[in-house]
Amino acid sequence: MDYRNIWTMAEAQNGKLKEVSFELLSRGRALADKLNESLVSVVIGNNIDKEQLDQLIFRGADEVLVVEDESLDDFIVETYSNVLVDMIKEMKPNIILAAATVNGRTLMPHVAMRIHTGLTADCTDLDIEKDTKNLLQTRPAIGGNILATIKTPQHRPQMATVRPKSSKPLELDPNRTGKIRYIEFDRSLLDNRVRKLEARHDQDRNINIQESDVVVAGGKGMKKAENFAMLQELADRLGGVVGASRDAVDRGWAVYPQQVGLSGKTVTPKLYMAVGISGAIQHLAGMKTSEIIVAINSDPDAAIFKVSDFGITGDLFDVLPLLIKKLNEEVKA
Amino acid sequence: MDIIVLIKQVPETSNVKMDPNTGTMVRDGVESIINPLDLYAIEVGLQLKEEHGGKVTAVTMGPPSASKALKEAIAMGCDEGVLITDRKFAGSDTWSTAYILSAAIKKIGNYDIVLAGERATDGDTGQVGPNIAACLDLPLGTYISRIDKTDCDKIIVERLLEEGYEKLEMPLPALLTVVKEISFPRLPTLRGKQRAKKTELIVFSAENLELDENLTGLRGSPTRVVKIESPKVMRNGIMLSAKDEDQLEDAVNKLVEFLKTKEII
Repeated sequence: MDYRNIWTMAEAQNGKLKEVSFELLSRGRALADKLNESLVSVVIGNNIDKEQLDQLIFRGADEVLVVEDESLDDFIVETYSNVLVDMIKEMKPNIILAAATVNGRTLMPHVAMRIHTGLTADCTDLDIEKDTKNLLQTRPAIGGNILATIKTPQHRPQMATVRPKSSKPLELDPNRTGKIRYIEFDRSLLDNRVRKLEARHDQDRNINIQESDVVVAGGKGMKKAENFAMLQELADRLGGVVGASRDAVDRGWAVYPQQVGLSGKTVTPKLYMAVGISGAIQHLAGMKTSEIIVAINSDPDAAIFKVSDFGITGDLFDVLPLLIKKLNEEVKA
Repeated sequence: MDIIVLIKQVPETSNVKMDPNTGTMVRDGVESIINPLDLYAIEVGLQLKEEHGGKVTAVTMGPPSASKALKEAIAMGCDEGVLITDRKFAGSDTWSTAYILSAAIKKIGNYDIVLAGERATDGDTGQVGPNIAACLDLPLGTYISRIDKTDCDKIIVERLLEEGYEKLEMPLPALLTVVKEISFPRLPTLRGKQRAKKTELIVFSAENLELDENLTGLRGSPTRVVKIESPKVMRNGIMLSAKDEDQLEDAVNKLVEFLKTKEII
């Protein structure tokens, strides 16, 4: 097969690249080295800062392909899909990795369908099969109860999405060199059916729980909405954001974008702190792959403790204020 | 306004048990339910019908026993149920599933909106909705949290993003996948249940659909499952109790130390 090279899809917003663009490069670099192929970062957007494109090289890319146009300012899946399908047909990449974000999880299945290839969502592990050189894609399914390893033996490119925060960007190496290539946008690729009217960014800065290193989440044990202010204070001290269990969201103490679990979001932060959350299997499905899990709960038999690295059995209304106080002292010291 | 709602029957996940020896799911005694995230799509479909007239058709692909999910959808208020079932479809991955569902949607024909849940709680891919939009070349809105306005030829919807919301306007027919925020699913009524009992489901098999059979089932699926494992859940972490003030002080101090060694602070 003449399909070669690893592509990672950078994500841009208002001309800036999202952190996940760099995280994907560290995944892609490992695969490219194993296959002895090039790592290419694909950027579709408008007015992307040139310094940011250099950063893609410094953080692992051998080449950057940029498609820029005013009409690509907004993510319209039909148009983005047209652009990507066109590029794939012409340049025949072997593997494409994208972020398992709202837009990545919309664009990639759209493209995979049209070019008739496999796509594996939300991979937690990627590797190359020794004999066949196929991409091995491991992902959790059935509420995290199983880990399935999947491959795409007969179709190319092999496509996968990866959760944000599930890998770290490579160290910045300003001596790395690579090519930045601009690809002219063919206006016939514009799909004029869907129009973006407006965007409103929530004032609630907690909304993006999937991109934070620290998530402090509250559940039924928080007792009332006002008590979430304590979680916010704790999250602020730890440089994180506030998440919630389904119970807390259903009671109106937090909003749906904060919901962690099977019917909410899956998060993989460096630290997940579960406060007053018992740990129903649906909740565990959304957070148990976090790097470090800390739980505070009054019930010593709560399931959340089974997945915790550090657990405190006690009244959260005693533990939280003291913890916040100690952390404040740490900052001062 | 005619609506098609795509639903999937899934195991009730809170009861899922894994066989530690085989790493597979123990299906005995596990109840099958409509994918919880599809209930929001059904509700939206019913609300659109109440506002604009027309009918709501629930569509599912699965074994014959998936007819139960369609009956439940009818009990909630859907007018018709279409079951797509054929042994040849077994083992279909998301690509093949979307290909088959697309053929069924084409056969159903008249529709203004195709609705689906954001993803199913078992496979958890969220791919089949966007796949079908691509296959049928329908305008696509994913993660839709609100329908602002709709008339017979266009719709304005709100889409939930990581950092907020955006408003999209698109012509109909279109395909929308919806999130929980969009509605509160109603419960089936007694009358609905009686109607569901009497309603005959429409059944499609490979023969009824215009399909290239090389593209369906395991044979037609680009992906292959190589290995299934049950991940270890237990972490055997440090456990401290904070029953009195001394214990509390000690536990919190140790937690702060722990966070320091892990370089969180």
